[in-house]
Amino acid sequence: MMSASHSSMVNPMSSNPYGLKEGEVSTGTTILAMPFDGGVMLGADTRTSMGSYATSRSTDKITFLSDHIFCLRSGSAADTQAISDIVKHYLSHLTIETGREPLVKTAAHLMKNIVYSNKDSLSAGVIIAGWDPVEGGQVFNVVQGGSCLKQSFALGGSGSLFIYGLMDSEFKEGMTQDEARALVKKAISHAMARDGSSGGMVRTMTVTAEGNKRDVTPGNELPFGPVF
Amino acid sequence: MASSGSGYDLSAATFSPDGRIFQVEYAGKAVENAGTVIGIHAKDGVVLGVAKPLYHKMIVPTTASYKRIHTVDVHAGVATTGFLPDARVLVGRAQEEAADWQEHYGSKVPPHVLADRLGHYVHYFTLHGALRPFGASCVLGGYDVDTKECGLYMLEPNGAAYKYYGVATGKGKQVAKTELEKLNLHKQDAESSMDVATAVKNVAKILILLHKENKDSDGKPMELELSWICEASKWKHAPIPKDVLTAAKEWANEQLEEEDEDDEEEEEAMEEG
Repeated sequence: MMSASHSSMVNPMSSNPYGLKEGEVSTGTTILAMPFDGGVMLGADTRTSMGSYATSRSTDKITFLSDHIFCLRSGSAADTQAISDIVKHYLSHLTIETGREPLVKTAAHLMKNIVYSNKDSLSAGVIIAGWDPVEGGQVFNVVQGGSCLKQSFALGGSGSLFIYGLMDSEFKEGMTQDEARALVKKAISHAMARDGSSGGMVRTMTVTAEGNKRDVTPGNELPFGPVF
Repeated sequence: MASSGSGYDLSAATFSPDGRIFQVEYAGKAVENAGTVIGIHAKDGVVLGVAKPLYHKMIVPTTASYKRIHTVDVHAGVATTGFLPDARVLVGRAQEEAADWQEHYGSKVPPHVLADRLGHYVHYFTLHGALRPFGASCVLGGYDVDTKECGLYMLEPNGAAYKYYGVATGKGKQVAKTELEKLNLHKQDAESSMDVATAVKNVAKILILLHKENKDSDGKPMELELSWICEASKWKHAPIPKDVLTAAKEWANEQLEEEDEDDEEEEEAMEEG
């Protein structure tokens, strides 16, 4: 978030798109997920802020939901932590009852139901990304208000506004894992350079059938930035 | 029955000293006296079949008032027997479970989960003194949208919900089970595994055979109700098309006549010998 205003109105185009209250801790954020050949690549910056103050410069916004499904959090840190815990709990129950890996669309459906039915009290925009044996790597965007959109790639957070053009021009279907990781890092670095409430490091997560792999790029080794 | 008068059969909440719950066993009796249900899990689908004895000449078969096979969700159906009002409660519960699952998880309930949940529900009614166990049993056939596989399950009044290659319950279930075993459904090698078309014919044959063999029912009217889930039904639970059913009945009757003739010849040969 650029700054914390008093407005409780939710307007995605305003400088306070999640309608945060003054003093509310926010993951004013850049998050990005995209499928590639054999899995999905997730990426996020690591800044958490309270208005113009960066509360944390090493936050992990790539949050575990189940073995092959993760969510990327933006909006209120408290709200998104709480609802991803709930979805994680539902999915662990589901895994036991069915005896198999949950589907990515199921995780997105559960998240959407919570965000939609509590839309008046939540500030949350989350991206659900993961791999399942039925449909492979997939990305769902659950936006503020509770609609759920399956996308070929998903952007979220205040910083996302700066990199739509970059992603539209550089994203291709069926990229390799290395190409996907390089693009995610590049795009998030560009957003961090321009968005005051995105910053710190770039974290990525690679999800494939074989397993998941984390990667961190420190702020002084980014492919782009800073700008003065 | 040996248990009568002992007092241990008055409630489903009490075990007898030798570890039985008579009320649940009596519920099983209600099932044994009602129409036959057969299910076959073929290599490319499932088939459900029931024989509906028409208790009165004026009963109209195959209407909603005398339906024994119900669709539970697009991809699942149950064939019922026993005390039919009880069975209908089970069907309602199955439909509810399937709809709730879809609402909750945004996907179709896998058949093994549906069978398991119904099993829990039925079992609950065997635990309380204030409740009566289900005097009904049902055979559940379903298609798993995720794994693209079919499953066949039977729910018993005690709450058991086992998975089967082929299963029969209701009147004449022993004979039907013997006939099913002859089909080698449990030997899953490519040569002996049965396709849906053959399974339909055999379900019809066994149901007609049972009807003819039973002294009480032979000559009295009977209606066959069959359903399937297979490629031809677009993996949805659907009644078997009329022409397929008619052809299956004709084939079944021919087969049974041939077998009768063979038996007679054998008997004559024995007499001569």
